Amino acid sequence: MFRYFEPNKIFAITSKAPKYVLFLFIVVLTIGLIEALILSPEDYKQSDSVRIMYVHVPAAWISLGIFSSLTLLSIGSFIFKNKNFALIAKSLAPSGFVFNIVALVTGSIWGKPTWGTWWAWDARITSMLVLALFYGMYLLAWRIYEDKEEVVKITSIIAIIGVVNVPVIKYSVDWWNTLHQPASINIITTNTAIHSSMLIPLGLMTAAFALFSLLIFLMKYNTELIKLKNKGLDRL
Amino acid sequence: MIIEIISMNGYGAYVWSAFAFTLTSFTTLYFVIKLQLSKEQKRFAKKFGSLSIEKAKAAKQQTINNEILSNISNI
Repeated sequence: MFRYFEPNKIFAITSKAPKYVLFLFIVVLTIGLIEALILSPEDYKQSDSVRIMYVHVPAAWISLGIFSSLTLLSIGSFIFKNKNFALIAKSLAPSGFVFNIVALVTGSIWGKPTWGTWWAWDARITSMLVLALFYGMYLLAWRIYEDKEEVVKITSIIAIIGVVNVPVIKYSVDWWNTLHQPASINIITTNTAIHSSMLIPLGLMTAAFALFSLLIFLMKYNTELIKLKNKGLDRL
Repeated sequence: MIIEIISMNGYGAYVWSAFAFTLTSFTTLYFVIKLQLSKEQKRFAKKFGSLSIEKAKAAKQQTINNEILSNISNI
């Protein structure tokens, strides 16, 4: 099955897809921003500061999703000895890291008017900071050991250790008393405590952010493939 | 209405800075990755151009190399 996903076969698609994804991202982001900043109502408690949720929450969701995918791919590259999995994982990491930083910074900005402080060593914030450190280590390991055989092993170990932190982030609001409120949306049961007037912009912004991470992934994956082919030309 | 949107009931500085930081981060990441991509494409074109006819022929047998070259010519 993995033969169909070999770089040689999918490059024709991955090299042409970015321009379409970029177009779709701009369209969805524009609609999402209009909804988030203008059309959606203010919160009865938090007033207009609630609008920060439309960038903070999708960024946090996607950074968690990317790290989980990156770990699965790392395990896959270990088990199936498939280097393409490692390449896909490597290409996902930059956008995951940026989303993590966005979640931390926008969370900090939201914290000031809501909690009266820019930063608190609350369980959710601290575990998100730990995730950023794992992203940093993962990216750094690729940079340092890029040309060495053990790079896949080292980066996989970092991802596997780091993923332990993902359920900690998810359930930190239930396990400890934190400044964060419990989850308002349950993806499995699709139960939500958020009104549709706020859920629509949240969904649109999440879709826009997902498209952006896809765009960055495709561009980075193409870069990595061309880098490999450059090395191939040297060996001719 | 415009003043209302800008001031956001006194939360404008927080809301706008959060959105500005997000969009600036996205733009920066996009251009960094785009720069890396075009650097590798240029390196590939340069290396390919310096190959002997036989080696270039051998390299062109791989469809991915042809795809890369066609993408470079489209830039």
